[in-house]
Amino acid sequence: MFRSVEISVGIFVGIGLAALFMLAMQASNLGSFTSEGAYQVRARFDNIGGLKVKSAVKAGGVKVGQVSNIDYDSETFEAVVVMNIEDKFSQFPRDTIASIFTSGLLGEQYVGLEPGGDEKFLGNESEIRLTQSAMVLEQLIGQFLFSKSEDKGNE
Amino acid sequence: MKALNRLFTRLGRGSIFLTKILSGIPQLFLRFGLVVQQLYSVGVKTLFITLVAGLFVGMVLALQLYYTLSTFGATDTLGMLVDLSLVRELGPVVAALLFAGRAGSALTAEIGLMKATEQLSGLEMMAVDPVDRIIAPRFLAGVISMPLLAGIFSAVGILGAYSVGVDLLGVDSGAFWSQIQAKVDFYDDVLNGIIKSFVFGFIVSWIAVFEGYDCVPTSEGVSSATTRTVVNSSLAVLAMDFVLTAIMYQ
Repeated sequence: MFRSVEISVGIFVGIGLAALFMLAMQASNLGSFTSEGAYQVRARFDNIGGLKVKSAVKAGGVKVGQVSNIDYDSETFEAVVVMNIEDKFSQFPRDTIASIFTSGLLGEQYVGLEPGGDEKFLGNESEIRLTQSAMVLEQLIGQFLFSKSEDKGNE
Repeated sequence: MKALNRLFTRLGRGSIFLTKILSGIPQLFLRFGLVVQQLYSVGVKTLFITLVAGLFVGMVLALQLYYTLSTFGATDTLGMLVDLSLVRELGPVVAALLFAGRAGSALTAEIGLMKATEQLSGLEMMAVDPVDRIIAPRFLAGVISMPLLAGIFSAVGILGAYSVGVDLLGVDSGAFWSQIQAKVDFYDDVLNGIIKSFVFGFIVSWIAVFEGYDCVPTSEGVSSATTRTVVNSSLAVLAMDFVLTAIMYQ
């Protein structure tokens, strides 16, 4: 009797741990990205839009890292974005352009990297000089209306 | 006024009782067989209802969300939505409610009947502390079982949602898992859910053993104590869930 109790408790605990393991590895992001084996690159933007910590960093549409920190530099009035890029993608030229894009019309924002032609590569703690800010919809609409009324005035 | 007085008296007695249980827990690791036996009656016997309920909750969630999402053309996010709602909310809460109904009521009835038939005072006569020997193993088994049951509930729910969403409704299998892995965070979502279920296990086990130990030792007293266990622990779980959610996901 007592033996069968022990066996069934063992099975219960085993299933429970297996379920927790499945939730960790299969049903969350723990299995897909590790922050070890990554190097840090920083970039300054005038406006980061809706970018958040843990937003994706993509090159050619492939996820190569994630945003690890966002800060505001009150001397230059710019947003400073620190990105962790995986070590196996270590060969980005120094004149890589970092832009903030939106996936889809209403999707979330990510940092897109477009490699340049420099022969030296970005290293740990280096900074991307060429950046392009996020598109802010209100600004775009404002500019559009402004140029429209300007067109009207010229006619 | 009288009701308020009684409420605070019971709360005080429950808290003193809890410290007694907690001080009895360290010596349980010397006699872990007692806990294993209770893990069987508290955990293993609740396993079946958890599995079935989790499967159906996951399947229903997938069906409901699919019809709403298909109006936006966003059925690829089905897996992520099911996973988030299970791991954050439904897994811990529904598993705790089932646990209160299945295991909590049984604990109260068992301990209450032991009191009514004077087995607890019998133990005291033999210089065995009934809190250390009877109550603490049951309490510890409840606290250990609850996170495991909630994890099983969520995992089975996701599998149920997968079977309905992918096999029945035609959501892409790769999109199902990749959306989950892209959007569900281990620490923010999964770990917070496990912490929640741990707290719920603590509350439900505490209420169950206290109601049993504190009941009026008659058959009527045992039955009303059992009812109180289910009602109070369900309400406590739901109220605590609100507090924990407010703290965790600001």
